[in-house]
Amino acid sequence: MDFFLQLLVNGLSVGLLYGLSAMGFVMVFKSSSVLNFAHGELLAIGAFLFLVLSTWARLPIPAAFLMTLAGCFVLGFLVERIFLRPLIGEQLIFVIMLTVGLAAIFKGLLLFVFGGNLHTYPVFLPEGLALHLGAIYVPPVYVASSLTGIIFLVLFGLFFKFSPQGIFMRSVADNQRAALSLGVHVKKVFALSWAIAALVAGMSGIVLGIINGISVHEISAIGLKVFPVVILGGLDSIGGAIIGGIIIGLLEAFTGGYISPSLRDVVPYIVLVFILLIKPYGLFGLVEIERV
Amino acid sequence: MNSDLLLQLNNISVVYSDVIQVLKGVSLSVESNRIISLLGSNGAGKTTTLKAISGLLKPENGKVTDGSVLFDGATIQNAAPEEITRRGIIQVLEGREPFKYLTIEENLKVGTATRWMKPYRKDLDMVYDYFPSLVKRRKTLAGYCSGGELQMLVMGRALMAHPKLLLLDEPSLGLAPLVVKEIFRIIRRINREQGTTIVLVEQNANMALQIAHYGYVMENGKIVMEGAAEDLRENPDVREFYLGMGAGGTSRSYKDIKSYRRRKRWL
Amino acid sequence: MRTIKFHPCGNFKEHYEQEISIFETDFGRLWMWIGLLCLFGVLPFISGEYFLYVLNMIGIAAIAALGLNILIGFTGQISLGHGAFFGVGAYAGAILATRLGMPFWLSVPAAGLVTALVGMVFGIPSGRLKGLYLTIATLAGQFIIEYILVHWESLTQGTMGITLPAATLLGMEITSDRAFFMVIYACLAGITLVTVNLMRTRFGRAFIAIRDNDRAAEGMGIPIFPYKLLSFAISSFYAGFAGALWAFYSISITTEPFNLSLSVEYIAMVIIGGLGSIPGAIFGAVFITGLNEVLRFVTDMFMQMGLSTSFGLNMAALREFAFGLAIVLFILFEPKGLAEVWRIIRSNFRLWPFSY
Repeated sequence: MDFFLQLLVNGLSVGLLYGLSAMGFVMVFKSSSVLNFAHGELLAIGAFLFLVLSTWARLPIPAAFLMTLAGCFVLGFLVERIFLRPLIGEQLIFVIMLTVGLAAIFKGLLLFVFGGNLHTYPVFLPEGLALHLGAIYVPPVYVASSLTGIIFLVLFGLFFKFSPQGIFMRSVADNQRAALSLGVHVKKVFALSWAIAALVAGMSGIVLGIINGISVHEISAIGLKVFPVVILGGLDSIGGAIIGGIIIGLLEAFTGGYISPSLRDVVPYIVLVFILLIKPYGLFGLVEIERV
Repeated sequence: MNSDLLLQLNNISVVYSDVIQVLKGVSLSVESNRIISLLGSNGAGKTTTLKAISGLLKPENGKVTDGSVLFDGATIQNAAPEEITRRGIIQVLEGREPFKYLTIEENLKVGTATRWMKPYRKDLDMVYDYFPSLVKRRKTLAGYCSGGELQMLVMGRALMAHPKLLLLDEPSLGLAPLVVKEIFRIIRRINREQGTTIVLVEQNANMALQIAHYGYVMENGKIVMEGAAEDLRENPDVREFYLGMGAGGTSRSYKDIKSYRRRKRWL
Repeated sequence: MRTIKFHPCGNFKEHYEQEISIFETDFGRLWMWIGLLCLFGVLPFISGEYFLYVLNMIGIAAIAALGLNILIGFTGQISLGHGAFFGVGAYAGAILATRLGMPFWLSVPAAGLVTALVGMVFGIPSGRLKGLYLTIATLAGQFIIEYILVHWESLTQGTMGITLPAATLLGMEITSDRAFFMVIYACLAGITLVTVNLMRTRFGRAFIAIRDNDRAAEGMGIPIFPYKLLSFAISSFYAGFAGALWAFYSISITTEPFNLSLSVEYIAMVIIGGLGSIPGAIFGAVFITGLNEVLRFVTDMFMQMGLSTSFGLNMAALREFAFGLAIVLFILFEPKGLAEVWRIIRSNFRLWPFSY
């Protein structure tokens, strides 16, 4: 029973992170219909940027964290500006291929600089953050990751619900032509959604790095798990992304705990194929409001 | 040249995808504080004319290949829609196109995109004043509203931008006659109270000519007739083709219409 | 009596047959025969061991890239699992040869068929959904296949790998690079011929119609799902065929090479070569395989200079980076790929010295 609860806690907190990083992915997809295959690399870049700033540059942890997020934000912005904007209006196939190419470039660069080995962050989370719920021990990492996850969720929820930019972004996702007719700067919205996606991805990368340690291959493989997550949740549903993330997180934790650790990483993809066969638009895909 | 000329189209041609020519030299001018109505059958190029003004041709792979569009003394043909809207031209698209997953009030807020740093409380009140039926729906998703409410919504949304020139594309499309009447009443009120210049594209020629000051008739990508609204209302051709009345105001037998001949003369 | 044409005078056609003819002029046909003669009669006898090896790798890659081009370039369905399908082919070939004792000439096409079946499983979602979902399904396929190859030890011997018997054909042992060259390029020539003709049939035209607009294609009476699945099966067949050839050529195989990077490599070939162009797939294979060898050379050079250990420089990183860069640059600057570059060069020559 304790083992079960332990797995539940682990699965939930990792799943929340999957959901968060999938949220960035869904945002890009919704606003500009770009399926971003470089998402995993964005995670890895965040994780390594934090590594550089915290251990090599020896910045204090909060400063390093904030600077990493800022760096990722700028990176996302630049990626959109340099690589994707020239392709607006091009065939979808080229856009997708471009992100595949970008993924390879980023991965190559990271491997080039950091090699394929496992790096670790210094331990900086105080042990006092740990929770003891009865017999289960929740390590500080999980507490911190869940907290950041929830904080980010709430922040983004508020941003999309109330801030003008958030509403503009939703309007572009909803009806690009109408948004254009009202003077919404659609290209800026694309850039902003890339920037936010990269920021959230970077954040998830850092926390995943704290949990598992960071290696280029590992983290970029985790990044690709946004695909099972978003397929499960429905490609265009931000809420679905979060729930899909949690489901995938739990699924992984339980498969890893009860069946076999090596099956853990494949199980999301097996689920993905089944979902595609049975319920193609995801469990929580937006119910299309269609008017004729 | 008239000093309060707000918009001027000089002999513009529009080509889609580099091959399909839709407008073949359209010229029209719009004076400030007026309502101009643009009539014509389907496919005459009315919507394309509006899009050429508002810059929305670009996403559809269309281009103004010839001629110029002057707004407030600046040439704006082929400019980006972001820029044109910031100069004060807002187009209300045909078929309403609300943001279905946003609430009514959020839809209205998107209308402030051209000046989103400024407060908009007063504008919201103004819009609710023009369209009182939106007030009780403000928290509802637009996707679940009725056609009449949506038409009011998209017009209100455009008003939020404080446009100098409002391009209305078929506001009466698919609405009940009473609602159409209401909408036209509001259009006239907006024109009078806000001083907004309006270009109105309509199939309901009767209604349009009643509130407009001046009208143009398009056919096959060209302007074939223009004149003050009263004159157009009295013109026998317009009466026959758009107002559904024979020259004598009585309905006539199909045998006598011979509309193909009349049309031919216009070309 | 047909007239022999050596130069097209303008782009006009009098019959529909001319639209779908392979060679515009007899000049082209002549060049093809000269090319084939050089390929089989001259090239293998003047090139050294290493160069033959590179050529063989190009040949194998070209077969697989042709398959991917049918799927991506002609049918418009993106697959991220081509590397894994290549692996399925390699393993199917190896298992058929070792367990069932199938001869070389039978096990290679049989491996292709097995791969086609596996490919179709992952192609099923394409019937219900738009292209994007198929891409994701193939990504899943990539990971699932990789997992099965490693973990189904009773069949694949896991990470230990399989050693294949020597290939024999018509009683002759095929072991030398030169012998393999003959076999591989004969296959490539055959497969290219099949592909070119496939694209001139009802099937090829249906594929292109689906690529250009699947709704419209459906409206014109093309059953989309069977055709998409067929395209997927053909593409996987090519991958499997190439994989099995590769397995026999490299004698022993392990699970390692068939990862996502390999899939990306094939995508790079198709993009760089030119989407929807048959010579393009071959150009792409030449380019990427050549690039691979150049990079190997460069890393060796760095290794000797002692840079590699201190700098963490390794082959994988450089390859990944170079392929990514090549894909991105081609998409941004020459989206039609090398095939287009080749066309421009050729037409420049043809019109020389009056190239305007």
